[in-house]
Amino acid sequence: MLKYILRRLGASALLLLVVTLMTFVIFYVVPRIAGRTTEQLATMYVGRAPTEAAIQATIERLNLDQPLALQFWEFVKGIFVGAEYTFGNDVVQCSAPCFGYSFQTYQEVFPAILDRVPVTFSLGLGAALIWLVGGVLVGVVSAVRKGSFFDRIAMGLALAGVSLPIFFTGQLALAFLVHSWEIFPNAEYTPFTDNPAAWASGLLLPWLTLAFLHAAQYARQTRAGMLETMGEDYIRTARAKGLKESRVILKHGLRPTLTPILTIFGLDIGLVLGGAVLTEQVYSLNGIGRYAVTAIVQSDLPVILGVTLFGALFIVVCNLIVDLLYPLVDPRVRAAR
Amino acid sequence: MTAPLDATESAQHAEPEAITQGVRDIASRSLTQIAWQRLRRDKVALGGGVVVVLLILVAIFAPLLTHWFGYPPNEFHQDLINPSTQGVLGDDPNDPFSTDKMGGISWEHLLGLEPVNGRDLFSRIVYGAQISLLIAFLSTILCVIIGTVLGITAGYFGGVVDTVISRTMDIFLAFPLLLFAIALAGVIPDGAFGLTDNGLRVSVLIFIIGFFSWPYIGRIVRGQTLTLKEREFVEAARSLGAGTGHILFREILPNLVAPILVYATLLIPTNILFEAALSFLGVGINPPTPTWGGMLSNSLDYYTQAPHFVIIPGLAIFVTVLAFNLFGDGLRDAFDPRSSD
Repeated sequence: MLKYILRRLGASALLLLVVTLMTFVIFYVVPRIAGRTTEQLATMYVGRAPTEAAIQATIERLNLDQPLALQFWEFVKGIFVGAEYTFGNDVVQCSAPCFGYSFQTYQEVFPAILDRVPVTFSLGLGAALIWLVGGVLVGVVSAVRKGSFFDRIAMGLALAGVSLPIFFTGQLALAFLVHSWEIFPNAEYTPFTDNPAAWASGLLLPWLTLAFLHAAQYARQTRAGMLETMGEDYIRTARAKGLKESRVILKHGLRPTLTPILTIFGLDIGLVLGGAVLTEQVYSLNGIGRYAVTAIVQSDLPVILGVTLFGALFIVVCNLIVDLLYPLVDPRVRAAR
Repeated sequence: MTAPLDATESAQHAEPEAITQGVRDIASRSLTQIAWQRLRRDKVALGGGVVVVLLILVAIFAPLLTHWFGYPPNEFHQDLINPSTQGVLGDDPNDPFSTDKMGGISWEHLLGLEPVNGRDLFSRIVYGAQISLLIAFLSTILCVIIGTVLGITAGYFGGVVDTVISRTMDIFLAFPLLLFAIALAGVIPDGAFGLTDNGLRVSVLIFIIGFFSWPYIGRIVRGQTLTLKEREFVEAARSLGAGTGHILFREILPNLVAPILVYATLLIPTNILFEAALSFLGVGINPPTPTWGGMLSNSLDYYTQAPHFVIIPGLAIFVTVLAFNLFGDGLRDAFDPRSSD
């Protein structure tokens, strides 16, 4: 067991390095491949009023005239020990962990991200709970009642669900459920610690919007998995032993179906971040996704870089957690490692 | 493969004349023929296929369609817009805020008008199909190329090669693709690689989507190659002295065509949604070129005055993606050797 944990930790450390390298390549190598000169590259990081001196200072600071390996080293070092930014006569200290400094808003990127994390986290967590429970539940009922009216309606809806983009369903919900029929309150974020009821009611619509897409996919997957396991010999054996049908379904049928679902769930955390970006944009929630999208409009490159890096690191950590939880669900993993 | 076996099985319990019928059925049906027969019976999948063909025709003949039934996609019709609400002007001449709830849908403008500047929605939807399908198809081809080459390599050679490629696929599958795509779209300058404007944006989008979605194909190809390389015909080719290249491309690849075709069909709708999401976030094709995602981004400010501006591009995406999904699902079931008919 300890060996398994250590191996996972090692793999995650390696993954962290790969992600950081990928982010570095996107922001410092791709623009060069696309034909930007060192000066133009530096200008992208300077901000609103690029002066000759500021550009030179940026080249110096990011080591843009040095070999790529050295640039990458400085990039990583900046994250861990912080960096100093000079513009004009001022010197700004960006303390570790330094994810960059925005010259558009004159703000350090990392604290700005931290401010917005609760929004994105609340959104993702609530939606994930809804779609996991809802999707699996619908999938199980559909599989048990295969061919029934419920099954056909649910699977029809699920097929429609995987074909509906969030930025369409979200706006439909806003136009009709919120404005025309006033069934739902408008989406807004209230910190959980301030008022849990307002937190939940303000996020209800975004949760449902984000969850619908994934719930549809999970329902389809659970149904397919359940149908396969329910045809296995040991299910027949369990029934022959005289077990109650509910026990056969939940204990013998659902358990092995859940294992691959958990694997998919681990992979989907990355997708959720993408879905959260779109959901935040539709409902004007000030999470990290909207922070990045706003940065695109203002071409505030350090912010985009910071959010990308943060998102990637977050996913690595989430995957590690899922990996460590895995043996608890699947006894075969426990035995093998 | 299974269908002829099933036929023999049932024939054993059947009347003598049925046996001869069954035998004639066994005679020669390739997997493709069986799949085609199954597909022809699957009405839902066929419906999806018909819609797909229609959409492709719409995209190809977009200029002709807008010439007959619409107006140029970037022509303003501000005389039809109510300046105080920005919505389409209503019938009531006494009400200064009179807005047409249907968004100006009429014989003149089949799908109504855009708020603010009153561009013809029908033309913009039709031209949007062009961009959407072009990017989805080309990026899927890119996915298939990268995924097949890397998947077949990983599956056939195994060992370190497999480990490296499989890990890479895991990394790609777990990543916040949208964030990376946003970042990539953000750092590419307005003119690069000898391309400018839309030519560049389209190429960049195709590259980004293809580059991030290939592992879906890669995994399938790798898995199939793993089982195929143990089969007798590969063994036979090897013992006859065939080289690696011959085995990979002449023996294994032809057997991969069906699964690749199926999963490519299922990848197209995913890529359509990916492109729409990027356009929605403002990192796709630059305006004024019409895109479905871009329209849904503009509609964010007007969904109360002009709900049709949300519904029409949204439905366009929905119908397209659903049609490809239905057709792809049917194709997968038809080619699945485990399913019996």
